Amino acid sequence: MNHAVFEKNSLILLIGALIVVSIGGIVEIAPLFMLQSTIEKVEGMRPYSPLELAGRDIYVREGCYNCHSQMIRSLRDEIERYGHYSLAAESMYDHPFQWGSKRNGPDLARVGGKYSDAWHVEHMRDPRAVVPASIMPGYPFLEKTPLNYDNIGARMKTLQEIGVPYTDEMVTNAKADLSAQISPDTDSAKALVQRYPKAQVRRFDGQVGDNVQPTELDAVVAYLQMLGTLVDFTKFDASGQNLR
Amino acid sequence: MASHKRIDEVTGAETTGHVWDGDLTELNKPLPRWWLYTFYACIVWAFGYWIVYPAWPTFNGYTKGWFGYSQRDQVAKDAAAAKAAQDKYRTAIAAMPIAEVKKNPELFEFARDGGAAIFGDNCAPCHGRGAQGAVGYPNLNDDDWLWGGDLESIETTITHGARSGDPKTHDTAMPRFGLDKILEPAQINDVANYVRSLSHLDVDAAAASRGSAIFADNCAACHGADAKGNTEIGAPNLTDAIWLYGNSQQAVVHSIETGRGGMMPAWGGRLDPVSIKMVTLYVHSLGGGKPEPKKEEGESEHKDEPHEAPK
Repeated sequence: MNHAVFEKNSLILLIGALIVVSIGGIVEIAPLFMLQSTIEKVEGMRPYSPLELAGRDIYVREGCYNCHSQMIRSLRDEIERYGHYSLAAESMYDHPFQWGSKRNGPDLARVGGKYSDAWHVEHMRDPRAVVPASIMPGYPFLEKTPLNYDNIGARMKTLQEIGVPYTDEMVTNAKADLSAQISPDTDSAKALVQRYPKAQVRRFDGQVGDNVQPTELDAVVAYLQMLGTLVDFTKFDASGQNLR
Repeated sequence: MASHKRIDEVTGAETTGHVWDGDLTELNKPLPRWWLYTFYACIVWAFGYWIVYPAWPTFNGYTKGWFGYSQRDQVAKDAAAAKAAQDKYRTAIAAMPIAEVKKNPELFEFARDGGAAIFGDNCAPCHGRGAQGAVGYPNLNDDDWLWGGDLESIETTITHGARSGDPKTHDTAMPRFGLDKILEPAQINDVANYVRSLSHLDVDAAAASRGSAIFADNCAACHGADAKGNTEIGAPNLTDAIWLYGNSQQAVVHSIETGRGGMMPAWGGRLDPVSIKMVTLYVHSLGGGKPEPKKEEGESEHKDEPHEAPK
């Protein structure tokens, strides 16, 4: 028993403990950064549009991840209820990811397009109005709160610096793109869709009229309506080279 | 420190060799043998696991293991097995027009019950657990249908949705008479009174009679001169006392002002064609399903045509 040398020198004990603990990390975490197969290449993934990103920030702010996961596991009952299992690539631009570990509410990884905007608006205002058994709290203030997006460009710049492929053009046009997403049939909306393919352009919070000020609800619904819609699974080969 | 064994004199047991305050020692009570051997067995098991299952990352991949296990293969197999168990019914349903499925008791029972489960997962959040609907979401138990209540119409509506952006969706929408200033507020008020009078609600009779003319000029083209609606273009029947957005004067005025334009998602991309047929049969069976209009006359013709699977 040569413990004595560790037991009598705290510095040696510390170094020894660090070496032992780091083995787990070296074996289990480090390879993920180098493996090609960790994140498969799939068609269709793009960074969030400014409005979707603002919605995502509100989703995180309100702690939606505490009750909703965004990861469909590769189990039969999950794919039957929620759709195709989630791919790592689908959350590769998420910082932080929203996989979640609890499902008090349903998984939201593919909620995009499942319900109408009007349903989301009503559901946020009063979840029990549309789902009587729901235990979700209401978020009626979202539709009354104007979206603060003065710093949306800076938020995108931050993401750009940690590896999200926002172009400088996207960052420069962030504010214009954000309001363009609730202004259908405009040139700026066309430019937005050019930059962010499959971006859905419409007024999301159900307000009618010419008031162009987006609300927080616009952002959240825009985000929810795009979740899981980017990858075209008819073109996805699950048994491809990157099969894990 | 512990280089040689020390035995406690009182118990005769070995001590750990640690000594405090000059004479305080600690008995060494080793783990039970059964526990220790189970632990060793687990370690050996782990080596086996590494060999047969995917385990260790390498620089350009990972160890695949003898069994070649993959979660993706597994879930694909599970899903295929579940499908195969229903194959007898599903292939039969896929191959025949939906009206034929209805006539086959065994297939119909399978489709209706499976359809109920599909409905619960996908349709209930808007239309309600019992398909009773809600304000803005049609009740599917009654025989009032916006886009037609026969099997094929329901199938089409589920597949392509309403104002969903799907290329074949039901796309007609009511004009926004108020927002787009097609009618004056007073006119809207009048026509709302008229429309409500059709369902024998308490209205301002003078306003309703003024509204009658406005209705004929602006609304009858879609809703019909008799206001009985038109399922071709999703114009609701205004005479049946069924109100999607409520029957108050305020609600009806709001409908005329904004046109409402309720939206239903297209399910063609989310559910496979057989599942859509199943949920269609379920919805149709709830009580309000209408008979097939053309089927009765042209059934023999129809049988010869291969059924076009909805996309």
